[in-house]
Amino acid sequence: MAQGGTRMGINKPFLTNESLKAGYGIEAIPAGVNPDALLDALTQEVSQNGFIVTQLDKVAAWAQSGSLWPMTFGLACCAIEMMQTAAARYDLDRFGVMFRPSPRQADLMIVAGTLTNKMAAPLRKVYDQMAEPRYVISMGSCANGGGYYHYSYSVTRGCDRIVPVDIYVPGCPPTAEALLYGILQLQRKIVRERHYSRC
Amino acid sequence: MDNSKNLQDLGQLIATEIGTDVLGWSVIHNELMMNVERLSIPRVLAYLRDSESLQFSQLMDVCGVDYLERTPRFEVVYNLLSLVHNKRIRIKVEVEEGMPVPSACAVYSSANWWEREAFDLYGIPFDDHPDLRRILTDYGFEGHPLRKDFPLTGYVEVRYDQEKQQVVYEPVKLPQAFRTFDFESPWEGMDVAVQAMQKRKS
Repeated sequence: MAQGGTRMGINKPFLTNESLKAGYGIEAIPAGVNPDALLDALTQEVSQNGFIVTQLDKVAAWAQSGSLWPMTFGLACCAIEMMQTAAARYDLDRFGVMFRPSPRQADLMIVAGTLTNKMAAPLRKVYDQMAEPRYVISMGSCANGGGYYHYSYSVTRGCDRIVPVDIYVPGCPPTAEALLYGILQLQRKIVRERHYSRC
Repeated sequence: MDNSKNLQDLGQLIATEIGTDVLGWSVIHNELMMNVERLSIPRVLAYLRDSESLQFSQLMDVCGVDYLERTPRFEVVYNLLSLVHNKRIRIKVEVEEGMPVPSACAVYSSANWWEREAFDLYGIPFDDHPDLRRILTDYGFEGHPLRKDFPLTGYVEVRYDQEKQQVVYEPVKLPQAFRTFDFESPWEGMDVAVQAMQKRKS
């Protein structure tokens, strides 16, 4: 692709069965497995019995991890990188992560930036307004432990002094990939979680 | 482009026009600076703004300075811009701790928040200010953080108290000691910089 073009750096053709076979000599789906077999089985199960048996917590965890809606809580320069993560190149929407302007609709708070003492109480207030189950990602050095402003008179030395944090993303600011990785780690954490006792 | 001659003329003009209010003036680094009597600051600013030959119509900034060792400890600095003449001037007022400076709000309305800032961070009171409250620091903050004798880490820190269900303020406990910089150490790289500077001078 041309330098500066809209699809710059995207050189590979779209991965179709034909292109894979021609280019790499492999098939996307191993031979012998009908990709629709699972779906067919499920459909049959539903049409014959009228229900499917699974574990409720697994379904709940699957649903939760697939639709994490974070609060838009940008405090400083990390917020720019957070916007970058949500924008077209990294595209958080494809993970079901969509930013919400209200804590009442959010499952996740990304503390992106320097948390000052003056902002600490509002941050806690917003966290308290979120419905359970709720998660917190601490993004960047400042939110993790004060970072550059650790000795400052006005900066909280880590947002975990105010709210319980699930994932810490290091960096100053973390790259969009780093935040994305943090969010994926949180999804893994949610899928594995068994109980919801939280303060 | 050297306009220091113009600035000399400008300084001379202003000094003769407002006479006793000016305590001294100088042109340093191509910038005109003027020390002014504390109580006459609104009058001087009004003159600079309204005089046909000057028209310093914009107040760019008001700042405070803390010279801890000096006897009039603080200084308030007003930066003015004349759009018509493309000229800038810096007005300085020396002020002792606790002494009020007359507010410039009546002359330049933009002085409002800057004076609040100087009051907040340096504790310089401004007389006749319409709304002299803290502007930047935390609600209920004590002390003036940009003063040289204010400790870097301050006095209080915050934490969420599980029992009280609210954010509480506590005296600062630093688990991580201050980092000390050893400028003698070759790893800090200061020697190289100093040597380079000396070489350039000689």
